[in-house]
Amino acid sequence: MPKKFDKDIKASEITDYKVYLNRRNFMRGAALAASATATTFLYRKLNPPPAELPKGQKIETAIAKPADELAKSGFTVNEKPTPLEDITNYNNFYEFSTDKREVATESKGFVTRPWAVDVGGLVNKPQLFDLDELLKLAQEERVYRFRCVEGWSMVIPWIGFPLSKLLEKVEPLPQARYVGFQTLHDPERLPNQRTGVLSWPYVEGLRLDEAMHPLAILATGLYGQVLPPQDGAPIRLVVPWKYGFKSIKSIVKISLVAEQPPTTWNTEGPSEYGFYSNVNPHVDHPRWSQATEHRIGEFTGRRTLMFNGYAEQVAHLYEGMDLRVNF
Amino acid sequence: MKDTRFAKTLIFINSVIPLMLLLWDTYRKQVGANPLEFVTRTTGMLTIVFLLLSLTVTPLRRITGANWLVKFRRMLGLYAFFYGFLHLMTYVSFDRFFKLKTIPSDVAQRPFIAVGMFTFFLMVPLAVTSTNRMVKRLGGKRWSRLHKLTYLAGVGGVLHYWMLVKSDTRIPLTFAFVLLVLLGYRLVMKYVPATRATPSLFSQS
Repeated sequence: MPKKFDKDIKASEITDYKVYLNRRNFMRGAALAASATATTFLYRKLNPPPAELPKGQKIETAIAKPADELAKSGFTVNEKPTPLEDITNYNNFYEFSTDKREVATESKGFVTRPWAVDVGGLVNKPQLFDLDELLKLAQEERVYRFRCVEGWSMVIPWIGFPLSKLLEKVEPLPQARYVGFQTLHDPERLPNQRTGVLSWPYVEGLRLDEAMHPLAILATGLYGQVLPPQDGAPIRLVVPWKYGFKSIKSIVKISLVAEQPPTTWNTEGPSEYGFYSNVNPHVDHPRWSQATEHRIGEFTGRRTLMFNGYAEQVAHLYEGMDLRVNF
Repeated sequence: MKDTRFAKTLIFINSVIPLMLLLWDTYRKQVGANPLEFVTRTTGMLTIVFLLLSLTVTPLRRITGANWLVKFRRMLGLYAFFYGFLHLMTYVSFDRFFKLKTIPSDVAQRPFIAVGMFTFFLMVPLAVTSTNRMVKRLGGKRWSRLHKLTYLAGVGGVLHYWMLVKSDTRIPLTFAFVLLVLLGYRLVMKYVPATRATPSLFSQS
């Protein structure tokens, strides 16, 4: 091999080292390297940071019922839970960011103590509950499907207690027909409340019979840990048969009322988001098909189930109602 | 700049870097909980970015007098088409799971998809006629008239993005603002002939 080279290239033809490193080549190399770095940097800048796993305190749970009974009541769904990493790095929590992948970093260090939930309105015994008081109520694990109105879904092992347990404590008056919920309003701690992407504070509502349903819970944790900030710490609503936005996060106020309370997304787009917002494959959203869903972690579509698969437990609540009108 | 060939290489490489990073991130599973949505979102954004970049060439050329910039316009436009094609393919494969029959009803039902589809098909004749031979065949005048469709594609792309966002319209509005400036400049140039006579706006002051 070396012989062949010797023959082909004369010594005079070999480029001088100095010429090789001439200005043009150097400039070209520099331009290429600099622009490629800049492009990479720009791309990275516009992309959210990599996912991280939260390290939360453990929560003790009371195991209440045998497995078959849990399945029958809808308390435990027999589907593979979504990994913790996905549950904690893909969040719609506009108070921190409108980018689902950014909420985890933006919500880091969110202060949840002291925290109290004001429960009042049309009740006999209005009361300000300290969070620690609520955590003393028996905490159960509930493995629920979670279906976002955007067309994706997860399976989440929540920890929490039935909302009815709390409502019973304050003794609702006969006139109370609805329950309104409100998220913390504090732009210091929830920085995106400084923007006008939604009208703050976030509010949600349920009919009283929906709120009293055993599937409706106030969650305080998931995967056996204290609820991470990005998932609605320290206490949030979970109503598994409704689209995710109904399950309001970081609750500070619950009030029992006579009239249907305003709800944030319904106010934002009444034609797109109804008060009920039950998961319903037959009523499409103008921008997302609701007939199928994308289960996070899977690569094929899934059929969306009526009431998110909880029809057996909750369909009776809506008997005689036209769910196309009351969507 | 005399070194056109190198400049072209430079732009070519920089334009393909986002795709390389996207593939690399997908390979190391760094695209989050919903990779399909992420890839769709990223390719869509890149389509709009390249459409806007291709629309920036003419104003920039007029203002700076750097006429050689026009040599990169077709490449930028082709990249817009390329990323638009990838964007469409992610929709067909991952949103529709290759069930092509479901596409017409989905397009009819979701206006923002209709707008996106329309925008993509607008870019097809532009991509097809982007070779030197096609420019010659059509003749410069007709060619540049046809390629005014880019304006409509820009509007379509931004509208498509704006329609899909739930409530935080800051990014689509930024795109819309840039587009407005780029198209507005052309409108002003068309109806204010006085400024046209001066090669550089800035050298006046």
